[in-house]
Amino acid sequence: MLPEIVAQNTSASQSVPWWKFFYDFSLLTQPVDVWLKGSVSPFWSTVIEMAIVGVLFLLFYAVVGLFLVYAERKVCAFIQNRLGPNRIGPFGIFQTVADLIKLLFKELIPIKNADSFLFNLAPFIVIIVNFMVLAAIPFSKGLHAIDFNIGIFYVIAVSSMSVVGVLLAGWSSNSKYSLIGAMRSGAQIVSYELSIGLAIITIVILAGSMQLSEIIEAQRTGWFIFKGHIPALIAFVIYIISSTAETNRGPFDMAEAESELTAGYHTEYSGIRFAFFYLAEYINMFIVASIAATLFLGGWMPFHVGSWDGFNRIMDFIPPFIWYIGKTFFIIWIIMLFKWTFPRLRIDQLLTLEWKYLLPINLLNVLIMAFIVLMGWHF
Amino acid sequence: MDIQVKELIADEKQEYIINMGPQHPSTHGVLRLVVSLQGEIVKNIEPHIGYIHRGIEKMCESITYPQIIHLTDRMDYLSAHINNEAVCLTVEKALEVDITDRIKVIRTIMSELTRIQSHQLFWASYGMDLGGQTCFFYGLRDREKILDIFEETCGGRMLVSYNCPGGLMYDIHPNFQQRVKDFIKYFRKALPEYDTILTGNVIFRERSIGIGPLTLKDAVSYGVTGPSGRASGFSCDVRKHEPYSAYDRVNFNEVIYNEGDTYHRYLARIEEMRESMNIIEQLIDNIPEGSYAIKMKPIIKLPEGEYFQRVETARGELDVFIISDGNKNPFRLKFRSPNFVNLGVLNHISKGFKIADLVAIAGSLDFVIPDIDR
Repeated sequence: MLPEIVAQNTSASQSVPWWKFFYDFSLLTQPVDVWLKGSVSPFWSTVIEMAIVGVLFLLFYAVVGLFLVYAERKVCAFIQNRLGPNRIGPFGIFQTVADLIKLLFKELIPIKNADSFLFNLAPFIVIIVNFMVLAAIPFSKGLHAIDFNIGIFYVIAVSSMSVVGVLLAGWSSNSKYSLIGAMRSGAQIVSYELSIGLAIITIVILAGSMQLSEIIEAQRTGWFIFKGHIPALIAFVIYIISSTAETNRGPFDMAEAESELTAGYHTEYSGIRFAFFYLAEYINMFIVASIAATLFLGGWMPFHVGSWDGFNRIMDFIPPFIWYIGKTFFIIWIIMLFKWTFPRLRIDQLLTLEWKYLLPINLLNVLIMAFIVLMGWHF
Repeated sequence: MDIQVKELIADEKQEYIINMGPQHPSTHGVLRLVVSLQGEIVKNIEPHIGYIHRGIEKMCESITYPQIIHLTDRMDYLSAHINNEAVCLTVEKALEVDITDRIKVIRTIMSELTRIQSHQLFWASYGMDLGGQTCFFYGLRDREKILDIFEETCGGRMLVSYNCPGGLMYDIHPNFQQRVKDFIKYFRKALPEYDTILTGNVIFRERSIGIGPLTLKDAVSYGVTGPSGRASGFSCDVRKHEPYSAYDRVNFNEVIYNEGDTYHRYLARIEEMRESMNIIEQLIDNIPEGSYAIKMKPIIKLPEGEYFQRVETARGELDVFIISDGNKNPFRLKFRSPNFVNLGVLNHISKGFKIADLVAIAGSLDFVIPDIDR
């Protein structure tokens, strides 16, 4: 949506059949952009576009959050021999909506001696960080808010800010359980940030770019998890483990650990503020899953095999957005299975796992990947 | 010099004190633990009990013996049947009543079913204490089957009140034998599933092996009984040493480990479920004929004297001590409840471990809070 790019594409076709939009969203967005640029001043066109994107993200955020909460309940019910929500709406799909309405109407209980400014600020920091990361994620071909040359770097940088919200929540609640939870979470997120970063760097070496659209484009002939030999596979496993840890989900949900700390850093939150934390947790999961899908499974890129043109064209018929959603939810499903089948680790075991095992393996892995790329041994 | 000493004291006292309970998810009830922490490490634990104290021992002094049965249900509600049996055995011992073999065998089968369902709930909640929430539903799923058997025969599901002095309240339901056999057949298949989901899990083993070790010496001196004591090598199974009911006519092993950590306390319970199934299998096909209750006097009066009976509940040794002055209600009735004694060792074995381990240790001792408070 940068003016220069738009200027080059002023002659975008107006007579594209509607189903083409599913394969390339820029066919839809560029005419809108061109029309806006033509009718109002550049400043106001940018403002209007930002507002549209913001509203769309808000909608997306709510829908994905509610759906993931529902999905998690169904998945955990499936594992635990239960039915899960099945009363409100067909198959209980409106259960989470009902829960959200309930949370909206609940009283926000003021905490005695809490630092009320920080206490109120904390959930918003978590939410804002979520939004900022969402901006960089390519949902489909031509469907991303910003696509710049350090995209994946930006994602790492911004997503590590969510620890601030968690720490603030724990600190300002004036509760001992919250403080322990927040401190655990701080140690955990800061440690696993390293593993995530190194796993991403492994792929960046293979792709030769940090721009997310280029990373996806490089996977046109095959997803990186297949192209990058064993190092890519190791990086994928490490990424899944450490992203589970970074989103504070089981078996790494030390920060919440309800059997030890009741609810960890958000013990004292009630009503919609609690819902913010709860939603943010699920959106975080969505974000790490979509980054994993983008880096390792080709994002919206259909499943292509080298030079099998016929096969590749059949795969191209499935719209990119479906590919993206499918891959993301596959990874979300794996992360959910972790939570419902494993017991929880202890905090020192968690840090041992990171510093003594994942980090050295990861460092070695980066070297091997660099060597493979140097020698040109990848596909 | 003065200042230095003061600073030293201040440094020593820099502890982070948290209240675990009375409404904490992993204390399994209304137990309150005042935990002193240094960082994550537990320095000291002070259990505060009595939040669900109902004065059961005192209440027993003003009611008749058949009525006491209904109070003992509410002590260790997971071993309700065994608690009832303890009081009944004491009363029968005092009156020198000869109960029929049928009563003895049915009581034994019911006791072992109670033990299995208690250990199932232990497994379920222990899994949850360690964060494996799925265990809870698997455990309760299997426990339901035993509760259904209880419901059919006794009317009650958890608090069965099936015993009465001199026998049983009612005869067993015609389906009883078949359903118990079906259950054992089912549970022999379901038990390996428990091992798959929890016992063999790497994280679970990391979390429990070597945590909260209790030596044999400490187990004896603190009086830790039941599976927790036997995991430390303390041979304390009343069923073996002082057989009551029909335990003298069945073959079973006393499950004993020597390591005494949370993992072996857990294993001891899993193995006990297997042993209980063996006991039931030996008895279920040959329940002798006979009357299910001995006719007692309408008002039971114990002769003057002191009477004592030990039984093995799912959590350890329950002793009943009755002092009678010849009236229809006891002059003094004392329960030695296993949970109260086992709680005493908690501080000793969990010092120096992390707060997450405290939850695991407390879970492995398998407290039932109403039994502690009575």
